[in-house]
Formats: sequence, structure tokens, C-alpha cells
Amino acid sequence: MRLRFNLLFGGAICLIILTLGVFAPLFVHHDPILDANLMNAELPPNADFWFGTDSQGRDVFSRVLYGSRVSLTVGIVSQLINSCIGLLFGISAGYIGGRWDEFVSGLTNVMLSIPSLIFALAIMAILGPGLGSLLIALGLTNWSWTCRIARSSALSLKSQGYVQAAKTLGYSDIRIMITQILPNMIGPILVIGTLGMGDAILAEAALSYLGLGIRPPFPSWGSMLTDARELIAVAPWAAIFPGIAIFLTVLGLNLFGDGLRDYLDPHMRTRKA
Amino acid sequence: MIPTILAVSLLIFVIFSVIPGSFTSSLIADGKGRNDPKVVEQMNKEFGLDKPVYQRFGSYVVNLVQLDLGQSFRTRQPVTHMLLERAWPTMKLAIAAMTIAILIGVPLGFVAALKPGSLLDAATMIAAVSGLSLPQFWLGLLAMYVFALTLGWLPSFGYGDGGIRNLILPAVTLSVAPLALLARTTRAAVLDVMSADFIRTARSKGMNAYRLVTWHLMRNALVLIITTVGLQFGSLMGQAVVIEKLFSWPGLGSLLVDSVSMRDIPVVQGAILMIVLWFLIINTVVDVLYAVIDPRISHG
Repeated sequence: MRLRFNLLFGGAICLIILTLGVFAPLFVHHDPILDANLMNAELPPNADFWFGTDSQGRDVFSRVLYGSRVSLTVGIVSQLINSCIGLLFGISAGYIGGRWDEFVSGLTNVMLSIPSLIFALAIMAILGPGLGSLLIALGLTNWSWTCRIARSSALSLKSQGYVQAAKTLGYSDIRIMITQILPNMIGPILVIGTLGMGDAILAEAALSYLGLGIRPPFPSWGSMLTDARELIAVAPWAAIFPGIAIFLTVLGLNLFGDGLRDYLDPHMRTRKA
Repeated sequence: MIPTILAVSLLIFVIFSVIPGSFTSSLIADGKGRNDPKVVEQMNKEFGLDKPVYQRFGSYVVNLVQLDLGQSFRTRQPVTHMLLERAWPTMKLAIAAMTIAILIGVPLGFVAALKPGSLLDAATMIAAVSGLSLPQFWLGLLAMYVFALTLGWLPSFGYGDGGIRNLILPAVTLSVAPLALLARTTRAAVLDVMSADFIRTARSKGMNAYRLVTWHLMRNALVLIITTVGLQFGSLMGQAVVIEKLFSWPGLGSLLVDSVSMRDIPVVQGAILMIVLWFLIINTVVDVLYAVIDPRISHG
């Protein structure tokens, strides 16, 4: 019961947020950036401004909807980069073995010993703020778990009969890695990817909050919270709604990821560790 | 541990040195017009940035071994000195947060596991997945609004006189994610051990349920719990950066963020190295603890 619930409920949340983000212009009647009007500043939620307005009189509701585009882009793209790097390193290390395997395992250990948010912070320091930098910073810093899983499954799949058979048939190593080994580990990789998307969205919010991510006036949930901190006493709604948006999105991804994991492998209970 | 530290310092050095763009020019540019080449040259000389990369890395490592992390670009103070000044507040915050997480998270997961499927179990697990999905600094912001600004029970930011009143809000905020993860891990670990053969044997021999739980179960679940605590220190240190900034806590994290926005590279390098060092020390301690709890592991 719980298994299905996680999968369906989490998936539903993700779908709703994706729809709201993609079709944001259909749902809002204020521009998230241009409709600044100091006459409307810091209004509480009402019929016109559903989530109230911020310090510059902009509609919090439309900023939250448009902000989802940043979070979803960052979550999806950076996690795709992570998965590709992790798979590339992991499969090749497990399949080829030897010196290359030692190098990759060493690199993974080094990556794991630097907290990923701090690593991303360092990269943002060099690249400067912006969406592109965020995608690179978060895409390069969270592939270690994918790599570990890919390596260990490649290692165990290598000795399977059908891989040996493919070898005997004269398949090239690259062809074996792509057609025989990769498809057999896609389940756990998808689970890690889904949970990693949630982590990336949280990291984006934190970095933007620190002023290192998306720069104002463009709406991102993290940078909206930077503004909101200053006026938390007079306009708490400007802080509450972007936070709820982050929470719901990440919750949806986490539930979906958990559900997917239970669905694919009922025995694998602990998360990541 | 030593090779890892060396590799990490190499990685950090490479990130900050090999990438195009001069730090000196960005340091003095401030977005106003072009830089005076003479000033750039002089500053490069002062910070030793005019030498080739391999020489710089050589002297970086030699200095590192002597615990000399160089000089801050901004304040011209030795970095080691600046870091040591900020180390204690961060350590205090991290230890307080982890203690809260362990004291609440472990018993919560334990109780949930004793009656799997019960209302309490479901509520705990829903709370745990929510705790893992929250942006912690947002929770801190709300806590600041409620407990400091509205109710006035606690100070809203700052270190104060170093007392516990200033510590409560940041520490509780920071503890949420490790607490949630510990509750989940403990529950999973206890459920895992409960289905093991030796527990069934002990039960069938009529062993007192209380003793069973406290001794056999705890000892076996402890290995997984300690692993989680060790690993969680990493993301805790990451989150601490944001929480310190939110509560204006004068620790390593806020030093790191300020140095990043001022491009004070020696301080950024030093702060990251220090955080990594702590993380590695904690995980070495965890490895030692394994062997104490479960002697089988030291042979493996």
C-alpha cells in the first residue's frame, strides 16, 4: 500500500509542479519582473495577489511559478550531467578494472570527502553567479554515488554468462558496456538520479540564497528568500510561499524516488548509506 | 587519510589556479573601468602570482605541511590565524546540532521500528521524509520569525556572549536533516536486525524482550547508525555554511561565504581544507569505533 502511495503521490506532485512551471504564463496575470509597483509593496495575500506582494510590489504568486523553471531546470540538467559522469566513470572502472579502476575509486573517495555544497560553492566562486554556472557547479559535484553503484554493478555483471557470450561473439568493449551492462543497472541509477534532483534543487536554493546563484531580479526560489529575510517581520508571506514551493517539489521527488526504489527492489531499504 | 588530504588540496589548488582569469584583476576591478597594469603587476608579485603554476603549487604544499595557509588577499592576515578564530563557533554549532539529531532521531527511529505499520511509525516516517525535503535555512528563517521576532524568546541572530541562548535557534535548525535521516536509518537498521536469525533464537530461548532490545539490537544497529552520523557530518558542514550566514554566526561558514563573494582565494582554500580535514578526522574516528563495537570488522 505504502509503496504505491509514495510512487503515485510523489509522481503527482512532480507532475503538477512541472505543469505549473512550463505553463506559468497561463496561470498568472502579473509579470514576475516588470510589474513592480511600490504602491503595492508588501501587500498581504488577497484576491488579486494570491500570495501577496514583495518589497517592490511584485506578485509573489507569479514569481513562485516562474521560479519553478529555474529549480526544475537546475534539478534536471545538473542531475543528467551527474548521472552521465557517474555512469561513464563507474561502468568503465568496473569493466576495465586495473589502474583505471584504482584511479576512479580514489577520485570518488576524494569527491566524497568534500561536502558537495561546499564544493559547489567553490566552483561558483570561480565561475560567478548565473544559471550556467549553477548547472556546471551542481553537475560536477554530486556524481560519486552514481559512480559507486555503476562500478559495483558493472563489476558483478562482467562475469555474467551473457556478457561473456557477447565477448565470445566479438563485440567491442564499448558495445558491451553500452548494450549489455548499462541497461541492467538503470533502475538504481534512476532512483539515485531522482533523489539527487531533490538535493540539487535544495542546493540551488541555498546558493541563490547566499547570492551566488540566480541574480535578482530574475525569480528563483532561493533568491526570493534572500529578499524576504530583510522583511520577514512585515511581510512573512514573501518568505513562506517560496519555501513551501521548494519543500513540495523536493518532497515530491523524494517520495517518488523512495517509491521507485521500493518498487524496483523491495530489499534495498536504507537510503544511500 | 594523508593521501586524501593531499589529493583534496591538489584539487582545490587546481580549481583556483589553472582556470583562466586573474584573481588580482577581479580583486581590484570592482566593475569600474580598466585596471592599471602596474598595480596588477605589483599585486601579482606581492601574492607570488607571477611565478609559474608548478612553482606555486610546490610552495603551497611546503607551506601547507608547516600549517601555513598563506595570507588573506583582503585583510593581509595569516589565513591560519583567521581560521582558528572562527573554528570554535562552527565546531560548537556542529556538535550541538548533531547531538540534538542523535538524541531525538535515534530513539524516534527505534520506537517506530518496534511497531512497524503503526500510526506512530507512519507519522515518524512522514515527518522524516518531510525533514529531508525542507530547505533548512527557510525553516531557520521561519523559526527566527516565530521565536525571535514574534515571541521574543530568543535572540534572532549573532553570537552574543557565546552562551546557549544564541546557539539554540541555529543548532535546532541545523539538526533537522540529520535528525530525519537518523530516524530513518535507525528504523531500517532495527527492522533489519529484528528479522535476523540470532534474534529469533534469543526470543525462542525466552530472553527478556527489554534486554533483547537494549543489548543485541542496539549493538548491531549501532554500526549503521554510526556510519550515518559520520557521513552526515559532511552535509551538516555544508548546510552550516548557509545557517551561519542566516543567523550571522561568526563561524567558518560565514567566513567562507564572505571570502567567496570577495574572491579572497587563500581564505576560501583554507576554509575548505579545514572543513574537509574535520570530516576526514570524524570518519577515521568512526572507523575506529566500528572495531570497538563489532570486533569482527577489524579482521575484515
